[in-house]
Amino acid sequence: MTPDQGTTSVRGRIAGPTGVIRLFAAGTADFGSHHAAFGPLPEMDRASLIDELLRSGLDGRGGAGFAAWQKLSSVPADGRHPAIVANGAEGEPLSKKDAALLHNAPHLVIDGLLIAGQSLGARELHLYAGAEQLDPVARALKERGESRIRVHEAPGTFISGEATAVVSAIAGGTPIPRDRTERLTKSGLNGRPTLLHNVETLAHLALISRFGAAWFRSLGTGSAPGTRLVTLSGNAGGPRVYEIPSGMALTDILLSIGIDPHTVQAALVGGYHGTWLAAEQLDAPFSKEGLAPLGARTGAGIIMTLGSGSCGLAATADILGYLARQSARQCGPCTNGLPAIASLVERLAYGDTDGKLPQEIRRLAALVTGRGSCAHPDGTARLASSALMAFGSDVEAHLRGRCEALR
Amino acid sequence: MRMHIDWTRCDGRGLCIELLPELLTRDDWGYPVGRGGSEIAIPQNLESAAHDARALCPTQALSLHG
Amino acid sequence: MNTVFDQALWAVGRGSGVVAMVLLTLSVLLGIGARSGRPVVGIPRFAVTLVHRNVSLFSLIFVVVHVVSLLFDPFAQLRLVDFFVPFLGAFKPFWLGLGTIAFDLLVVVTVTGLLRNRIGPRVFKAVHWLVYAMWPVSLVHAMGNGTNGLQPWFLVIAMLCLAAVGGALAWRLHENFVEYRNVRSQENP
Repeated sequence: MTPDQGTTSVRGRIAGPTGVIRLFAAGTADFGSHHAAFGPLPEMDRASLIDELLRSGLDGRGGAGFAAWQKLSSVPADGRHPAIVANGAEGEPLSKKDAALLHNAPHLVIDGLLIAGQSLGARELHLYAGAEQLDPVARALKERGESRIRVHEAPGTFISGEATAVVSAIAGGTPIPRDRTERLTKSGLNGRPTLLHNVETLAHLALISRFGAAWFRSLGTGSAPGTRLVTLSGNAGGPRVYEIPSGMALTDILLSIGIDPHTVQAALVGGYHGTWLAAEQLDAPFSKEGLAPLGARTGAGIIMTLGSGSCGLAATADILGYLARQSARQCGPCTNGLPAIASLVERLAYGDTDGKLPQEIRRLAALVTGRGSCAHPDGTARLASSALMAFGSDVEAHLRGRCEALR
Repeated sequence: MRMHIDWTRCDGRGLCIELLPELLTRDDWGYPVGRGGSEIAIPQNLESAAHDARALCPTQALSLHG
Repeated sequence: MNTVFDQALWAVGRGSGVVAMVLLTLSVLLGIGARSGRPVVGIPRFAVTLVHRNVSLFSLIFVVVHVVSLLFDPFAQLRLVDFFVPFLGAFKPFWLGLGTIAFDLLVVVTVTGLLRNRIGPRVFKAVHWLVYAMWPVSLVHAMGNGTNGLQPWFLVIAMLCLAAVGGALAWRLHENFVEYRNVRSQENP
């Protein structure tokens, strides 16, 4: 099949990918392969796109997991032209999926941006991604002669991908979070209604627009439909990016890529703002519903395993130190609370046997939660509290001057 | 009515805590702590105190909504 | 022509100037106190802010009385333009010009202070810093322009004002000036 710049199609002319590999079904990043695998851009109006997304059950893949249809329909249909932003900033050190997607399937992200833009009557389309992703994106845009999308470089800071930081950066300001009293879909980029989606969410949107909600739901589970990208790292190597059916049990995910769950002492799910799960909790499904009872979230699809020879408290202390340094230092509770939490966990990890440490860590974690212009303090507090839970017996050991990992 | 705290502006000067002692205390570093984190629910009898707090906040970190 | 009325104007002009100087000093002290985020001599923080504002407005009233009374004063030979444009005065133009500068600054600082919640904290703060220029200029104006400027009783008042503001400034620049300073890490502005 030859590439075709046409924008109309009869749905079903090309069948959707049948295997688990959907986002990467084109095989290579070029437009010819993309077009051969997925066919031309479909035409969607606002109502049909929202309806298809609603029936698909697609949720956001950037971390917050907000329902895609809900975010899209909260853009006011009042005649103002919204701005659409594809967010590919991946400041989270444990996530590589957005980079993998932009390197291997940039056209799917571009499709998603164009479809969302067309259906909402947007005049401004933006793509925001780290420096290393700009080349493949520029190449893809050039290949299809697409000049409507403006590309912006994201810095490598942890919080650069936070929604208000993205909007601020695109508007020419510093990429740090802003206070907000209104949703971005009401007032975002230069006061315009702004729809900001993670690049993976937009890639799925592009597939759902073509092949329909029923096709999307043919993989995954009822409450966690479709496929998702995950980044696995830890004692078995990595980071590596995989496309897996949503809702798989964590142990099955590990087994499917050749990791013996018995070598895993605990896993950090959801990334640095995520939650430590102990080995016995890893039979939980990797989905919003499956992880909620454990107080965990999928985040940006991150799983980091911890081998039995490593100290979970030391690993947590390192991450907390990094997160404290990544604070934009705008908000008092975050500026002061995060270094305090990090230093308490460091003391606990490295030999201080003061029995009040765990209680003080919990107190400060609760104190900073909900008290910042972004969720950086909340996520950092979640990580610290979850470490005390998942490594509960090791905390006891540390308070007696020992470490379970170093026995 | 609820009171929104803009943490990027808040400098923890403590005026709001004096004006709304029923709702706010100070944390370890002097910043206001109340139920709701950044969105403090204001009961009707404290609305005028909340208006004072908004007007007198030295860094204009408070706003009232709904 | 040296009527009782002229004598009275002259007295009001000088007296209101001295009172304005003292009130401005008090206002600066209260402003520095408010900025520290601490209660001042047992007055709660929000009240320090309110008293600072009210003393500032009183000082402006006395400054207005001061300049208006001298507008009608035959000795001072003030014209309306001297309120706003410095160094055009007929009598001691340099020292009068300093008063004009201080007056202009005071008007700008007061207007932005009253509109604080509309113009936003950045503009307010930037303009409010002008007080640190306005206050010394007004003191020098008082000493150089005033008929009693170098008389002992006035010099005592002026030195007390200077000592008070100097002391407050030293406290302002001390690292523990702001409450909780010693337990906080540095925040970006």
